[in-house]
Amino acid sequence: MSEPTTKLYAQNGDPAFPKIVLPEIANLAQIEVYESHGGYGALKKALAMAPEAVTDEVKRSNLRGRGGAAFPTGLKWTFMPKGNEKPRYLAVNADESEPGSFKDRQILEFNPHQLVEGILIASYAMGIKTAYVYIRGEYYKWYKILEKAVADAYSRGYIGQNIGGSNYSVNLYVHRGAGAYICGEESGLMESIEGKRGYPRVKPPFPAQNGLWGNPTTINNVETLANVPAIIWNGAEWFSKIGAEKHPGTLLFGVSGHVNKPGVYELASGTLLTDIIFNYAGGVPGGKKIKMVIPGGSSMPPLRGEQLEGIRMDADSLRAVGSAIGTGGVIVMDEDTNLTRVLARIANFYWHESCGQCTPCREGTGWMRKVLNRMNDGAGKPEDLDLLLRVAGNIEGNTICALGDAAAWPVKFTIQRFRKELEEEILKREKSAA
Amino acid sequence: MFTEENLRKVEEIKNRYPKPMAALLPVLWLAQEQFGWISEEVMHYIAGLLNVSYNHVLGVVTFYTMYNRKPVGKYHIQFCANVSCMLRGADNLIEHLEHRLGVKVGETTSDKMFTLSEVECLGSCGTAPMMQVNNDYYEDLTKEKLDNLIEEFRKQAH
Repeated sequence: MSEPTTKLYAQNGDPAFPKIVLPEIANLAQIEVYESHGGYGALKKALAMAPEAVTDEVKRSNLRGRGGAAFPTGLKWTFMPKGNEKPRYLAVNADESEPGSFKDRQILEFNPHQLVEGILIASYAMGIKTAYVYIRGEYYKWYKILEKAVADAYSRGYIGQNIGGSNYSVNLYVHRGAGAYICGEESGLMESIEGKRGYPRVKPPFPAQNGLWGNPTTINNVETLANVPAIIWNGAEWFSKIGAEKHPGTLLFGVSGHVNKPGVYELASGTLLTDIIFNYAGGVPGGKKIKMVIPGGSSMPPLRGEQLEGIRMDADSLRAVGSAIGTGGVIVMDEDTNLTRVLARIANFYWHESCGQCTPCREGTGWMRKVLNRMNDGAGKPEDLDLLLRVAGNIEGNTICALGDAAAWPVKFTIQRFRKELEEEILKREKSAA
Repeated sequence: MFTEENLRKVEEIKNRYPKPMAALLPVLWLAQEQFGWISEEVMHYIAGLLNVSYNHVLGVVTFYTMYNRKPVGKYHIQFCANVSCMLRGADNLIEHLEHRLGVKVGETTSDKMFTLSEVECLGSCGTAPMMQVNNDYYEDLTKEKLDNLIEEFRKQAH
């Protein structure tokens, strides 16, 4: 059954191995190829439906956001106020920056038109006339690919005035960031589109009430929107039956670190973590044991190597084991990995990316970095671990946006779950220093 | 200051947004492409073009790491040092580059050919270790690959 999986929108695909957002079709990034496989058919279908019916279809599919929080997408769309006295916007989050996450890039490179089609369907459903894709500045190549896809879609009449012969008009622009992780936070992203420093906003008010230029705005992730055409084409029931019941569909798992075949794998949600690591990603080089796995990008609580058996990769299953699906970025670390060094590196990242607005995050990330670097340089003391826990505790929950938590969690949970290993590393370095 | 082509682009960019301030990031990109870096003079110029204060432009330029506030070498090497790259040996490769280019991270070679920077995750963890040189990604790097690339860049420059 390998042939059907190559069809666009995973039509008639084997439900066990669907390729919804990354179908194996050569040159799909070219609009002629995308069209020849039925592309933009879902847009035409959507335009023949009432906008509310489109939102309802997405809602009933149980599609959940793929940007990290796994929030129900259809429900988010219903937060947009009724009526159209104010302009309203869609902001597409292509600011993929969480360490260990590199999956949206695959869609931008290999299937940009399905993203564009998803953006257009979402805009239609919410009565949005202007959409912006916010793409991280470093993704220059993918920015160019997307700009070309957008220009081609304009020239074919999929974007612009009265698209597809309907009375609906919409514009789509690509907005390039310039190197700031915080702009992946939805309100920081909006500030950045507005031409400001990417300082997250205090919420409420939420974007659906007070978003871009004070107007109703929805922010969705690239992978989330790329799923939408397939849902409209095949129907909500089809989608809701793929993978994990409460978090259905496929997920793009980006596997990195100590594996033989790192890369992005599109698999049904609820796939076993051990399947991903050992079958798809080819296991650990040298057959070494695994010490730690971060299952969803660097801010998600880590798992111990010996607990991986039986863990399924979906939002609810990971929550049940004290972690989170995040962006599906799986970072694998073998038994020889020095965890102090890993933590120091992660702490350095969040310190660097803290926007500086909130004192607990600005100061706390700096202190965690200092202490961890000291430990990494061999001058750590066992009591440093408790010091780190106190600092992390003073950040968590005390900041405007989630970056504070993202900085605190890896430190807190790694110490909680790997205390023995970290203490041993401190003692070992003390000895070698002496 | 801007070429006529770029001035035309500025107008086109402004039309994408309800307020001219929103054109700031894209216009700064145009400026960096034309001038190579964002000087104080350029910031004053852009402030005037978009009718925003110089202080606002300065605030934005200093917030985003990709706007160069001083000239960089012809080849700006930005090596990822984050977790996934680190796990696959990025630190050794950065050291190798420092040695080979004769500069430390953050410095530019005396012939103004290379600037070496260490950067945060570039979203290329599956092909780690990796670096970005100007706009392009170079992935699955080894010492041999780096040596060849440096040679190639030197040849290209002549």
